[in-house]
Amino acid sequence: MSTLTDTAPTRSRALSNSAPNPRPFRLVRHSLALAKRSLIKTWRTPEALIDVTLQPVLFLIIFVYVFGGAVAGSTHDYLQFLLPGILAQTIATGAIAIGVNLNTDIAKGIFDRFRSLPIPRSAPLVGAVLGDVVRYVIVTVSTLAIGYVMGFRIDTDPFRAIAGCLLAVLFALCLSWLPVLVSMKVRTAGAVQGVMFALIMPLSFASNVFVGADTLPGWMQAFVDVNPMTHLVASVRGLFLGTPLGNHVWWTLAWCAGFVAVFMPLALRAYRKKI
Amino acid sequence: MWSGVGHHIGRWQALCRGQHIVTPTVGVDVHTLAALPPSPGVSPCQPVSVACRGGVSGPAQTRLMTADLVIEAEGLVKTFGKTRALQGVDLAVPRGTVLGVLGPNGAGKTTAVRILSTLLTPDGGTARISGFDVVRDAERVRQSIGLTGQYASVDEDLTGRQNLELFGTLLELGRAGARRRAAELLDWFDLTDAANRPAKTYSGGMRRRLDLAASLVGSPDVIFLDEPTTGLDPAKREDMWDVVRSLVNNGSTVLLTTQYLEEADALADAITVIDHGRVIAHDTPEGLKRVVGGQTLEVRPSDPAQLPRTAEILTQVGSGAQADEIRKGVLAVPVTDDAALTESVARFATAGIAVTELSLHLPSLDEVFFTLTGRTASEDDTTRPTEVAA
Repeated sequence: MSTLTDTAPTRSRALSNSAPNPRPFRLVRHSLALAKRSLIKTWRTPEALIDVTLQPVLFLIIFVYVFGGAVAGSTHDYLQFLLPGILAQTIATGAIAIGVNLNTDIAKGIFDRFRSLPIPRSAPLVGAVLGDVVRYVIVTVSTLAIGYVMGFRIDTDPFRAIAGCLLAVLFALCLSWLPVLVSMKVRTAGAVQGVMFALIMPLSFASNVFVGADTLPGWMQAFVDVNPMTHLVASVRGLFLGTPLGNHVWWTLAWCAGFVAVFMPLALRAYRKKI
Repeated sequence: MWSGVGHHIGRWQALCRGQHIVTPTVGVDVHTLAALPPSPGVSPCQPVSVACRGGVSGPAQTRLMTADLVIEAEGLVKTFGKTRALQGVDLAVPRGTVLGVLGPNGAGKTTAVRILSTLLTPDGGTARISGFDVVRDAERVRQSIGLTGQYASVDEDLTGRQNLELFGTLLELGRAGARRRAAELLDWFDLTDAANRPAKTYSGGMRRRLDLAASLVGSPDVIFLDEPTTGLDPAKREDMWDVVRSLVNNGSTVLLTTQYLEEADALADAITVIDHGRVIAHDTPEGLKRVVGGQTLEVRPSDPAQLPRTAEILTQVGSGAQADEIRKGVLAVPVTDDAALTESVARFATAGIAVTELSLHLPSLDEVFFTLTGRTASEDDTTRPTEVAA
């Protein structure tokens, strides 16, 4: 017997760790390590950034020059009104990608490897969500950049402008637990895209993104008033242009908390079940 | 290439941490192995011969078996919808040995590995790794296992080095530790030159090596290899075998699944044959080969006119059976020992028979299955999913 154990002086990791949690903040550290993985993957496949680079540019150009004159009387006035809305809309659609990516990723062997490691089960999902922050920052930067080229100007101060950007990024970060949940529930990446589009579309169009809510029929106004997108757009408009903020920032934060509180546990549970 | 494996072993050994093992005294009795269902013609396993390979003899045998099983599974059951992937599988692997789990596609090999490596929860039965239950103590189990297989792989967009460093970080080696460990493994597996290329650019053999390296980052006690050489050419397969042997020399316990008796014979201390989610045989390679008929000597004489004379010689060197023409122009005879090969060569020379092919084969999986079950392994595969993995 000693012959056997003597040849194995090394492998005692399982038995020497008396506590299952040897170091603190495991979830945070492991999630960050896995977020780095997402960043490397994003860096390797820049074409996957089209939805967060080209899309806001196209939307701004098309909507401003096609509808600007008709809706607001001048393209510049409409650009000022529309840009915060386009930012909110593209950042929300940008969150769909995580669902699509996870759905393809999870079918591959790498997730089996993760699940065989002594790390928190949720770390790969949290890591993927955090890794997408860079995409949301890119949306924000590219929207503002093309906006500036077209003549958009921030009427407040840099601090409020940055606060507006951060609020939009936070919104996408929290909302992304919805596509994560959907990606665990449906079979193909295409289905994730379809389901998410059906959910995001009404949120972004039945809102104050493109036109003021006061022209809408009453029943739709009721929806627009509670639509999280409405609160985000009103907050960003207020922070960029100085329009009245009201309680919109608080409502936005409440929705963010709600998304995380509801969709994150559901997504994690679906992930544990999905094998 | 990759000839430096043996040379690196010592270094690899030194990399592992020098803590001493506390052998868990777990309450498994000898019945674990003895309880494996006997099958037609196979003596119920011989646990003693397995233990003896570790150099233990005498009364210690029983104690070793009871106290030092690193992988133990009893009555594992798993059902996917209507597919009964496992219908009561028992497995037992003593410390420092290799268990080969042999079976065709769909037999339940992968399902068993996924349960043992905590990826799946069994519907029935229990399994323990180093004494820790795979369901209740999954976290502890994950700390002591390494998994390489058809499913557990690496990230294709990351480079070899980034993959290994990521797993090092996740295994709490720290930034410097993860970097050092990645460099060591890349060196050991001869991947240093390709270290900074994305894994998707790797060849099949390199990919397998990286997969295996990834499962060794944490110096695991127990290594699961799910069909480690499927799809590799013979030379690469031998390389992989060398790695497995050196892992065992370093004290690891290995469970490997395979479709090749050849592979199980080359590496395993004991072989468990699974079919339709049940264990149909458990034995040492020698014992199993005795049952399924040992090796076959195949000869193709250059001149077909020589076939009768060749058959005569083969029947004489063989283990008693008549030589058979198994394919056009190829004769085969079962043989019991390797000497039959040299003996036949000498006799062909004396008789002036020139041969174009002469080879010694272990029975194929099909032949093993035919002997054990009376039907071929692939007979009813069309009605089953190719591999039950969910």
